[in-house]
Amino acid sequence: MRNIFVIAGRELAGYFATPVAAVFIVIFLVLQGVLTFNAGGFFTRGQADLVPFFEFLPWVFLLLVPAISMRLWAEERRLGTIELLLTLPVTDAEAVIGKFLAAWLFCIIALALTFPFVITVNILGSPDNGVIAAGYLGGVLVSGAFLAVGSATSAMTKNQVIAFVLGVAISFVFAVSGYSVVTDFLDRNLPVLASIARGFSVIQRFRAISQGLLSLSDVVFFASFICFWLFLNVIVVDHRKAS
Amino acid sequence: MAALIEIRGLTKRFGGFTAVDDVSFNVERGEVLGFLGPNGAGKTTTMRMLAGFVTPTAGSAAVAGHDVAAEPVPARRALGFLPEGAPTYPEMTVAGFLRFTARIRGYGGSELASRVAAAIALTELQSVRLQPVETLSKGFKRRVGLAQALLHDPPVLVLDEPTDGLDPNQKHEVRTLIRRLAPEKAIVISTHILEEVEAVCTRAIIIAAGRIVADDTPAALAARDPSGRLEEVFRAITRPAVLARAA
Repeated sequence: MRNIFVIAGRELAGYFATPVAAVFIVIFLVLQGVLTFNAGGFFTRGQADLVPFFEFLPWVFLLLVPAISMRLWAEERRLGTIELLLTLPVTDAEAVIGKFLAAWLFCIIALALTFPFVITVNILGSPDNGVIAAGYLGGVLVSGAFLAVGSATSAMTKNQVIAFVLGVAISFVFAVSGYSVVTDFLDRNLPVLASIARGFSVIQRFRAISQGLLSLSDVVFFASFICFWLFLNVIVVDHRKAS
Repeated sequence: MAALIEIRGLTKRFGGFTAVDDVSFNVERGEVLGFLGPNGAGKTTTMRMLAGFVTPTAGSAAVAGHDVAAEPVPARRALGFLPEGAPTYPEMTVAGFLRFTARIRGYGGSELASRVAAAIALTELQSVRLQPVETLSKGFKRRVGLAQALLHDPPVLVLDEPTDGLDPNQKHEVRTLIRRLAPEKAIVISTHILEEVEAVCTRAIIIAAGRIVADDTPAALAARDPSGRLEEVFRAITRPAVLARAA
């Protein structure tokens, strides 16, 4: 347990020791701001809520979160520090979880820095802050899901670009799997897969949560999704660490 | 008492290529084993298997009585390992990096501070302790890796090319350090520098094409050639194996 926090602490400090943290946070906030206020029609809607903000959030995460996770293992492999880390008295699982938690905490920090949106809607009207809180919780869960995917793809390669592209691609599949384009197609051709695709839709589940419909099944889905990819991550690290 | 390092029939195949082929040896407390061989002979792979980083295809390795596959964490606690190329996190400071490895090794509070200070003193890193590792010269980086391996005063040290990239003065200091630590520990060093073997090692193993081809004291090995030079013996022993593999 202690080792997980030591590894997470080192990893998190690593983000802030390099320009990664500043670049990520600035780009994330600018993107969210532009999309919410301009593309999302925040002011013209005339409603005191953060619906446009949460509408775009998972797509911004889809693009940016794999950029955070891509370095987790690929960088260790490129620098050769993976040999140092995994010959210290830690288990592979501790290293995987520690690194994941650091990246997740970093995403939560970035998400927390969007607090001016919350202040803005509260000044302009009287929004349902419970729904907003649920939206933030959903954002945390979606970032965790994409991070877990990205961390696993990062362990497969020492090339960060490959890790990033694979991370985005796999996350994209889970993002769009509930969309009617996909499910209608599957309904016509492979009805069995259609319901599975709906069940695995990260964005559909996020929407439900961000509308304030916090159900246990959605939370369990995200927890299982993250655990599955971290488990895969541990296996990949164990099998490919020296190659 | 069992030897601090026990290697039994260690074999590693990568596809059809056998990198390490049925290697067995023990290293007792007080021994400094020089691990020699041409490039690609399997030195680094053997050391990685001993450190638990590479999983052997067959055979076993134990550090201080702990099998590295069955009890990886206790085995690693007893081990100080300098990986090939002495990798370190570039953005961390020397002191920050050593504090990280000390925390992983379970130290905290004043014990942690004194361990880090001792490791820095032992490897003479005082002047750069607050510099990021990426700004250091190759010699300093190597010493940071060495400091990390010595920090917890382990009974077993496995050092892959500890003096590579050091200048002659630094090489001398590292060798002096190894000799000073030797009586209390079992030490394995890999090196290309034959004079280093004669300077610090009590025993030398020559490995070629994955197999042990000689295991003796450096003096006895050198005496195998009329010239009395280890270099000639090394060439005579390893060239046939390298040529056989190439053929």
